[in-house]
Amino acid sequence: MTRRSFLKLGAGAAAGAGVLPFLRHLPAEAAVPKDTLVVLISDVPNSMDIHRPGTNRPGYQSAINFYDRLLTYGRKTLPDGSLSYDYRKVEPELAESWQAAPDGSSITFKLRKDAKFHDGSPVTAHDVKWSFDRAVSVGGFPTIQMKAGAMEKPAQFAAVDDHTFRVNVVRKSKLMLPDLAVPVAVVVNSKLAKKHATAKDPWALEYLHKNSAGGGPYKLERWDPGRQAVYARFDGWKSGPLPAIKRAIIREVPNEATRRALIVRGDADLSFDIAPKDAKELLADPKLKVVGTPIENCIHVLCLNLKFKPFDDVRVRQAVAYAVPYEQIFKVAAYERGVKLWGAKSADPKTIEWPQPFPYETDLDRAKALLKAAGLPNGFESTLSFNLGLAYWSEPAALLLQEGLGKVGIRLKIDKIPGANWRTKALIEKALPVHLENFGGWLNYPEYYYFWCYQSGRLFNSSSYNNPEVNRLVDETLDAEVGSPGYEEKIKKFLQIGMREVPRIPLYQPYLEVAMQKNVEGYEFWFHRQLVVKKLKKA
Amino acid sequence: MGRHWRHLRYVMGENPITLFAFSLFFGLVLVAIFGPGLAPYDPLASDAANTLKPPSGAHLFGTDDLGRDVFSRVVVSTRLDLAISVAAVSLSFAFGSLAGGCAGYFGGAVDRMVGRFVDTIMAFPLFVLAMGIVSALGNTVENIVYATAIINFPFYARVARAEASARRGAGYIEAARLSGNGHGRILLFHLGPNILPPMMVQISLNMGYAILNAAGLSFIGLGVRPPAAEWGIMVAEGAKFIVSGEWWLAIFPGAALMLAVLCFNLLGDGLRDLFDPRTRT
Amino acid sequence: MRSGTLTLIGRRLLQAAPAVMGIIVVTFVLTRALPGDPAVFFAGPTADAQSIAQIRKSLGLDKSWPEQFWIYLRDLARGDLGKAVSTGQPVLHELATRLPASLELTLLGLLFAAAAAIPLGVLAATRPGSWVDHLCRLLVTAGVSLPTFFTGLFLVYIFYFLLGAAPAPLGRLHIALVEPARVTGFFLIDSLLARDFEVFRSALAQLALPASTLGIFALAPLARMTRAAMLGVLSSDFIRTARAGGLTSWTVLWVYAFRNAMLPVLTTLGMVFSFLLGANVLVEKVFAWPGIGSFALEALVASDYAAVQGFVLAMALMYVALNLVIDVLYTLIDPRVGVEG
Repeated sequence: MTRRSFLKLGAGAAAGAGVLPFLRHLPAEAAVPKDTLVVLISDVPNSMDIHRPGTNRPGYQSAINFYDRLLTYGRKTLPDGSLSYDYRKVEPELAESWQAAPDGSSITFKLRKDAKFHDGSPVTAHDVKWSFDRAVSVGGFPTIQMKAGAMEKPAQFAAVDDHTFRVNVVRKSKLMLPDLAVPVAVVVNSKLAKKHATAKDPWALEYLHKNSAGGGPYKLERWDPGRQAVYARFDGWKSGPLPAIKRAIIREVPNEATRRALIVRGDADLSFDIAPKDAKELLADPKLKVVGTPIENCIHVLCLNLKFKPFDDVRVRQAVAYAVPYEQIFKVAAYERGVKLWGAKSADPKTIEWPQPFPYETDLDRAKALLKAAGLPNGFESTLSFNLGLAYWSEPAALLLQEGLGKVGIRLKIDKIPGANWRTKALIEKALPVHLENFGGWLNYPEYYYFWCYQSGRLFNSSSYNNPEVNRLVDETLDAEVGSPGYEEKIKKFLQIGMREVPRIPLYQPYLEVAMQKNVEGYEFWFHRQLVVKKLKKA
Repeated sequence: MGRHWRHLRYVMGENPITLFAFSLFFGLVLVAIFGPGLAPYDPLASDAANTLKPPSGAHLFGTDDLGRDVFSRVVVSTRLDLAISVAAVSLSFAFGSLAGGCAGYFGGAVDRMVGRFVDTIMAFPLFVLAMGIVSALGNTVENIVYATAIINFPFYARVARAEASARRGAGYIEAARLSGNGHGRILLFHLGPNILPPMMVQISLNMGYAILNAAGLSFIGLGVRPPAAEWGIMVAEGAKFIVSGEWWLAIFPGAALMLAVLCFNLLGDGLRDLFDPRTRT
Repeated sequence: MRSGTLTLIGRRLLQAAPAVMGIIVVTFVLTRALPGDPAVFFAGPTADAQSIAQIRKSLGLDKSWPEQFWIYLRDLARGDLGKAVSTGQPVLHELATRLPASLELTLLGLLFAAAAAIPLGVLAATRPGSWVDHLCRLLVTAGVSLPTFFTGLFLVYIFYFLLGAAPAPLGRLHIALVEPARVTGFFLIDSLLARDFEVFRSALAQLALPASTLGIFALAPLARMTRAAMLGVLSSDFIRTARAGGLTSWTVLWVYAFRNAMLPVLTTLGMVFSFLLGANVLVEKVFAWPGIGSFALEALVASDYAAVQGFVLAMALMYVALNLVIDVLYTLIDPRVGVEG
């Protein structure tokens, strides 16, 4: 063999290796069937048990799809034609009917008799009792969420007979029934769970972490943590019409550009919780459907921490509120996918609608005048922090805030904080002078938002705000019935104080955006911001 | 000196690629020095009316999602990127060659100690170590420099040790010792200059690696803080926009980054030719 | 010879022990220095001080560092790497299921790199100083000059998004296919064992882009070392003799020259392999690859101590093992080296 033929061979080998990426996707590849749904999300569940400490937000999916609750919410059509749950309508799920005792000391639920768990055993009031006992006993998030609905201790729950369940009222609250329809209030197959409970682990946290022991419309077929979760339909589900989707494959794709490529190329049916930029641009794609729903009771806010000077001065906070470049942030960070929350004409709220626009707009002269009045004509320096996990909107917003506030002499340094550290720094230690936040309340009432974010000492009150009047007004309205005497006045009052004192400056109300193929139907927005598979179908 | 110069000219003439690398290097240094003066726009000024505009006469490399001029940002980043790599490489060079030189020169217990230390760092998955260091200390430019310096340390220590141990018995070292020089003097003035050439090659290769390392950290969100312009973070952020068709956000900083790393890598090869005529043919 | 090799293995393992111990200590300290408080992180969105304290206790984080370290060492001695809190699985299980994915990807990337780089290096060595030589050098250096995540995203954009030639970058298999029965954990091998060629094709197609991304990054050191080693050998006396003896260029090049240049190339291969295994982290993130790299990344973000410690330890052990294998191979290829070294 000559050198030339060798060179040919070498070049051939190199070319052959270079061809590797061109390997054709072979047509023999199986297509995804009609009753299988492929869903893309950025994080998959890290647990199948919503009661377990450390369960992440996507983990709530398991509670929603594998378990039933006593109650659920109705459905409504929004002005743009898209579907949403209806927080005003509490409807039966496992409970057929419910009745408050005449003296208001308890509520009794009648359970449907045909309901079965995935293993075929009947759903009884004892299962409900065990599940609720578990939720109020394991501590952490489920316990606190139950407490928000005035359910605090196991003694409150009683299984009267197999199909009658009673909750004793310790504190009368309008939030109790709605709270029974949130993901935390799941009904677990207690016989199955108890089989796997041990002395060290009386609530079977280990078993339920990896297995679904419910009676909901889907059961867990396989779960590869960090990769995918596969749901299979439970054909014996009785709490509603049998779902059209037999199998749902929930895939984790961390890279958002990849998620977009996959949905555009038709390799997935639905991409959940996409960035506003993608939503705006994919709306123009004739092959796709994009549904964006304003997230109820959720605001993207700029928080000023009163613990740090000079934010203890209300004039400084107002100056900041006048210096924020609202329009630019709305355009560049939200891609106009949101609800504007600035520019209200009056400083007195006319309704108790929440969230509603605040009486501020970009007005640099007023901002400068306020700073001058506060004795800071030359501005000051501070640090603006945001959560790295929310960078898709926080980073552009932070950069625009840095520039905008710089115009009135407020010089901000930007600090990105990794997700693991965010909670400690922002919420526990309340150690961030200026930061961006996105709290959203599950129960859609302004007093519920205020309870978490404005009452002194609350976890999400990262502004260290403390106003005795607001504290009192929130306490008085939290459990009160909507429309009860003085309710509206009190709400308007604390809304007005919040607007005047602005410890939290709203930027806009965000959307929950979902992109799907044209043939996917029945998508519904839910307050928990997770995908409810049972209502979906592929045409 | 004249001999070296002639040799340099010879290598350049022989190897157009090395010539190219050297010119690129001087170009980069010039841009780093005069960067802010060359940028047509303020690299930090946003312009909400002109976001995501493709390259045009007004904006040579287009604008980003905040309406900032990509060309200005690419030009201005040169200084920061070179500064990060120079700082990181000087640190690891200083400590690495000192530790390695001592290990090679003294041998014995010192050698074993340095050797184990180097082994420990080498056995780490290096990028993950850098990630851990930066997230533990906080993502500032200094910490990125420290992390990069630490993961490059073993390479210098190894080269320096090998060279020093090969030379410690050499005649001129022996002579220096006999004429009453202390260990410090011998290491610094007699051994040092002689192990410098192979170290130079390592330095050049590491400069490129340092830039890539910073870019990787940016990709997972541990890079320099906004709004500072840095190639890696621009590529990492711009990568999100490729699928939606805004390719200029990632391609131009990516090209600048690649040119710089390419330049350092080729320079490393060139220096090897220059210092070690044996590898030439 | 045999006992010599065994002595070598024993000595190398003994030498590696302090490094591994160092790794264990450094990783322990580094994870504790991470900024996040895992107890707060895992307590969930609405946790109060009491539930945080409860979780801190259940994670064993209320104990002092030395105490935690002692417990960690004791568990380690029993082969227990602890539990990854973010996924709730034992770390050992996570690593065992994910390691084959990373290894398969890295090995294929290395294969791709070697298949391209060795011929290029030999080609360059046969005509040093020519334009072919310069072009080879420029090409392979360009490959190592791009951040891997950028190369990866770029390849995805071109070959998947624009051309549709590559499958969706969604892990190791097409969504509709089921994993082959697990024997080695390498899908390419397992699918062949199961005679399921559809799965084999799908696995290979899924591997193509990420493996090329890694491979492109590994071209330069391999090509450079091949060229240098070949140059050295080609200019030696015995090659001149062989040529003069009338052997064909082909025989001279491959049978005589390349075999003698293999040693340094092999060392470089080993080094590149361990380097690629670390560089995997970013490529796995881009391609949603279920390997240990993406696992480590998430663990680090969540301050998941046990997971980070387990990952680093596994990588360090692999590094030690790899170096051992190279040393042993060395003695097999060239009996002159090693035994006493």
